Amino acid sequence: MSTLVATSAPEARSSSGFRAAMLLPGALVTFLLILFALGLVLFLAFRTNDGSLLGAGFTAANFVTVVSDPLYWTVTLRSLVIAALVTLATVVTAYPVAYYLAFHAGRRRGLLLFLVTLPFWTSYLLRVFAWKIVLAYNGVLNSALIESGIWSEPTLAFLNTPAAVVVTLAHAYAPFAILPIYVALDTIPKSLVEAASDLGARPFTSFRRVVLPNSMPGVLAAALVVFVPTVGDYVTPALVGGPASTMIGTLIQAQFGKANDWPFGAALSVAVMLVILAVVLVARIADRRFGSRT
Amino acid sequence: MSEGRHTQRGGGWLGVYVIAYLVFLYLPVLLIPLFSFNNSIQAAFPLQGFTVQWYATLFGNSALTSALLNSLVIGVIAATGATLCGITVSYMDLYGRSPLAATISAIARLPILIPGVIVGISLLILINLIGLGPSRIAIVLGHILVALPTTVVIMRSRFAAIPKTIREAALDLGASDWTTFRRVMLPLSLPAIVSAFMLAFLISFDEFIVVFFLAGTEPTLPLYIWSQLRFPRSLPTVMALGTSILAVSFVIAAAAEILRHRGLSATAPRPADPSQPNQTKRGELQWHST
Repeated sequence: MSTLVATSAPEARSSSGFRAAMLLPGALVTFLLILFALGLVLFLAFRTNDGSLLGAGFTAANFVTVVSDPLYWTVTLRSLVIAALVTLATVVTAYPVAYYLAFHAGRRRGLLLFLVTLPFWTSYLLRVFAWKIVLAYNGVLNSALIESGIWSEPTLAFLNTPAAVVVTLAHAYAPFAILPIYVALDTIPKSLVEAASDLGARPFTSFRRVVLPNSMPGVLAAALVVFVPTVGDYVTPALVGGPASTMIGTLIQAQFGKANDWPFGAALSVAVMLVILAVVLVARIADRRFGSRT
Repeated sequence: MSEGRHTQRGGGWLGVYVIAYLVFLYLPVLLIPLFSFNNSIQAAFPLQGFTVQWYATLFGNSALTSALLNSLVIGVIAATGATLCGITVSYMDLYGRSPLAATISAIARLPILIPGVIVGISLLILINLIGLGPSRIAIVLGHILVALPTTVVIMRSRFAAIPKTIREAALDLGASDWTTFRRVMLPLSLPAIVSAFMLAFLISFDEFIVVFFLAGTEPTLPLYIWSQLRFPRSLPTVMALGTSILAVSFVIAAAAEILRHRGLSATAPRPADPSQPNQTKRGELQWHST
């Protein structure tokens, strides 16, 4: 941490017992539960499934199947498209809210921030469940449309479609996107915006040339925190997606459940992590590019 | 700062949009309480009259009661663990001046970049390897992991907001590291600690994606709800239960947010410390501070 470079004398007394005690809980959790557990997934991905916990013999067959079977390409592609659509929808709809919070909210800012963060802490399962009762055949939307005379009979077209998955996920992860964008917008020096308008930039120009580029780190962070959980989701496809919207998370879950092929499930997980890694790297590069402008 | 020249222009339409957005955010969730009082087995319009009978079905349901107790116990233990880790990890990250502490802090925030299903299966492999198997302890470990990024981010922004001079003064006056931590830094960050604990509890209490892989014979409340979703007849009971959970979540989350902001404003109103460019503003959670 660059902020702590300045060494002060009392630090020298730092007792090793204190340091060890303070580092221990975090070290246990991060090294054992995160790194070692992820290492196990990687290890298992290269094993042959023989029904035992860690499999037998080393093989690359799991990855060969992942790459060669068109089913996995279809499902991976579908997961990426759904996650990309959800990310796009959440970020685009959240941006104006974050913008309002940063520049227009005034005294209402605290209350509004509170209102947009509150759903963040409510049950994800219940938020998805809510959409199930909205979109069901004899559900809220169908009955409301019939009741108001817009529709004459209920339609099956809402539930069990990829579109239902996109809408539900976009709603479930909406609160994730606002805060990073808001923080990025709020930390833009107001003098920058004022300088732009003093130099004759029209409001839209100063937004496009000053505010938007400066908020890109927040936009990218928001995109990442929405993309990662959605690309691996298996709950929403199960509840509102139907068989036509099976996602990669569904397949992983099945390998550790009904299909009972843990090594193959591990290989699928490694593939997902590689995809996420690629997305993170692209986001990093984009971040650098936008960051260098400021 | 918000009263600037650009405040009025376009603010009106944007305000309407924000209201529409909030309606979209809350409306589907608020349908659950609405239909939980509806005298019908289906969640459909028109409403069939007011009833509390679905709430009555919640009582005396032994499977539900044991799931609730399970969730409460696991939530408290996992929140304690996650808060403890959040405090120590962020404290050592900020003041430990060691690459190890910084690494731990970075890894602790890593679960944000791992889909829940992979966290779940990686822990499933681990707990089977160490002979624990799916159990309540396994769920506690999983929930410590899931809540860790939140507690680390909250505690880190809290510790960063305490003026560095306070800690240095304590050390200069001869207090040991341990005394400084326990008598100065912990009391100053108490609201954030309570807030982190409450939010970690909520995360555990509502968590489904990871617990799905780790639960043995004793389900938690979200797993109980999941098991009931297959039966159309239990839909109203699920909605009554869901309403109760939403109400508890709202109250705890509201209290936690208020505490976090109050805690920050106690020492925050001083000029920004130029040596800490990444200091979060107004206590907002900044997941990606690099």
